[in-house]
Amino acid sequence: MLASLKKRFLQFDGDPEGTISTASYRCFRRLLTGLMIVVSVTPLLTISWFSHQQYVKTLESETTGPLSALARKTATTIDLYLKERSSTVSFIAHAYTFRELLDQKNLHRVFLALKSEYHGFVDMGVVNAEGVQVDYVGPYGLKNANYAGQQWLEAAQINGLYISNSFLGLRGFPHMVIAVHRMESNGDSWTLRVTIDTSRLQRLLPLMDQTQDTDIFLCDNAGNLQTNSRLYGKPIRKLPLTPPPPTHDTIVTSATDGQGRRLLIASAMIEGTDLQLLAVKPRLNVSEPLLALRGELVWVLCGGIIAIVLVSYFLMKILVGRLETSDRRRVAIFAQIEQDQKLSSIGRLATGVAHEINNPLAIISEKAGLAHDLLSLSPDADKYQKHRQHLLELMDSINSTVDRAKAITRRMLGFARRMEVSRQPLHIEDVIAESSEFIERAARNRGISLKTTMQDDLPEIISDRGQLQQVFLNILGNAIDALGNRKDGTIEIGCRRHGQESIQVSIADNGQGMPEEVQSHIFEPFYSTKKDKGTGLGMFITYGIVRRLGGKIEVRSREGEGTTFIITLPIESHRETVEE
Amino acid sequence: MPQEAIKILLVDDEKQFVDTLSERLEMRGFSARVAYSGEEALEKVKMPTDVIVLDLRMPGMDGFEVLKAVKKSNPDVQVIILTGHGGDAEEKTAYRMGAYSFLRKPMDIDDLLASIRMAYRDKIENTMVAVSLAEGGDFDSAKDVLREQDVLEEKKI
Repeated sequence: MLASLKKRFLQFDGDPEGTISTASYRCFRRLLTGLMIVVSVTPLLTISWFSHQQYVKTLESETTGPLSALARKTATTIDLYLKERSSTVSFIAHAYTFRELLDQKNLHRVFLALKSEYHGFVDMGVVNAEGVQVDYVGPYGLKNANYAGQQWLEAAQINGLYISNSFLGLRGFPHMVIAVHRMESNGDSWTLRVTIDTSRLQRLLPLMDQTQDTDIFLCDNAGNLQTNSRLYGKPIRKLPLTPPPPTHDTIVTSATDGQGRRLLIASAMIEGTDLQLLAVKPRLNVSEPLLALRGELVWVLCGGIIAIVLVSYFLMKILVGRLETSDRRRVAIFAQIEQDQKLSSIGRLATGVAHEINNPLAIISEKAGLAHDLLSLSPDADKYQKHRQHLLELMDSINSTVDRAKAITRRMLGFARRMEVSRQPLHIEDVIAESSEFIERAARNRGISLKTTMQDDLPEIISDRGQLQQVFLNILGNAIDALGNRKDGTIEIGCRRHGQESIQVSIADNGQGMPEEVQSHIFEPFYSTKKDKGTGLGMFITYGIVRRLGGKIEVRSREGEGTTFIITLPIESHRETVEE
Repeated sequence: MPQEAIKILLVDDEKQFVDTLSERLEMRGFSARVAYSGEEALEKVKMPTDVIVLDLRMPGMDGFEVLKAVKKSNPDVQVIILTGHGGDAEEKTAYRMGAYSFLRKPMDIDDLLASIRMAYRDKIENTMVAVSLAEGGDFDSAKDVLREQDVLEEKKI
């Protein structure tokens, strides 16, 4: 495709041979316009796209940064909270022996001391090696409850410390279990089990977020909600989104939840537990300024593209228009040169013919002259007395015919001589008379009457005889064509002084006239109303000649009434006006 | 009709034209010899000649060459160009080369005669001036002589 474009681009040439088609220029213009638009718009779009991407990235990192920090901070806080509680529980388990705690009073005292120091502890129990809660202090009658085989107990027995997820359990409100396992030197193996109410944690979490636009909550690895969530309600229920895989680092991901909300999620593991802290922010907040920006960007972009398209279009229109005009002018000049050459070769031919004819004419003239002399001058002329008068008349007739032929050759020679450009003083009446002589016969044959009205005492003008003759012949020829075969056809040629420095020649016919449309194009090259007959150059050349001679030509016409050409010529034509 | 003393040489390759013209001139009392080519003309101009009527386009030596040669060998001979190919350029060249006048075919015989007479008179004038200067006379006296001859001539015609 590129190759074909290149080919078309390089091969474009205004076709100097003369067949200029508007379509090829239109095509060329489209090609150029398209190319210019593509070349300008592509980088614009690319830059816009890249900067948009960059902006999105910056905007997101501006959002994800604080979110990630918030998650990390909150996770650390929770971590501390849980560590503090678990250390306390661990301390109690180590400070007291199994036997001491089996005493209800001791256990009660320790629990009260614990409760007075820390909020959130609900109950406390001692579980023996068989999994039976042998001692208990708290609001529920859980003494002798059997936890054997339960997952938390086994985990505690293996790890020494266990912090459970939040669960509703028998109590019906979310709570967590911290269990510490002890193996005493006397062989007692037991577990201290403490329950914490997570509502304490619950109150803590929202405090972490100052902007109040982030939902912070805990969930377990299986995706169960552990604390209250603004978005997803109360625990314990399955979250409608998949939490990110647990990692030690704080990570930010984007996801879409079950309700179709686009979210930005920062997640952080709580060490030593199955819990994950999630800080969730709707992505909408991120994209709002982005949307606004994108809107502005799109406007600017569209404006830019429209401007480029308009500028390209009009620029190319003007440029290609100029190109077309100059090409047309070039072709017209070529044609004019050709025409001039044709005329000058015709002129040369005419000169040759005229010269050659002069010799036989001279012989005829001399022979007739001799015959005439013999009749009138010779001493024995009386012999011919009988036919003398008749013969003399015949000789005179031959001589006058020779004179006529001589006039023709003189005119031909004169016309040919005027093909050469030269300025000389001349009487415009003479030029008009000579020109009308040429068309007189054609006019007479068609019944057209030729009237000439000349102002007296017209001054001599400096101009080019041959060129003026061409002008008048052209206009007169057109006038005859315009009259067609009308019976009352008239061509009126008028000549008068026009101001101090010019004279005006008007050539008017009462032919069919022409519409304004034609008038406005009449001096353009290749404009012809004569279909196949005309070259469309006549009036263009005429216009060019008149301009070169420093004059101007106008046309006035009314349909059905006739046409008048008015040529204004300077009395002294200045050389400066020759070049356009 | 009295015999005119002017010795004319007609040069033209158109035999018909030049013969007829010579006959007509003779009927008017002139003695006219003819030459049908440039070369012949140069041969015949060796005999006393006052005026040459010369065509320009001829095969072989053309009119300009003849004119040049004549003006070199016989500068006092007047040359009248009579041609069918009478362009402006030829006319200018002919005058520059010393032609007396330039006529275009077909011409009126009276125009030609007038031109021949004037050429002859100018030739005589030139000769008289030359003679009178040579004899130590002045320019004006030479002119007077010429004027007297003019008067005589007019009376003759």
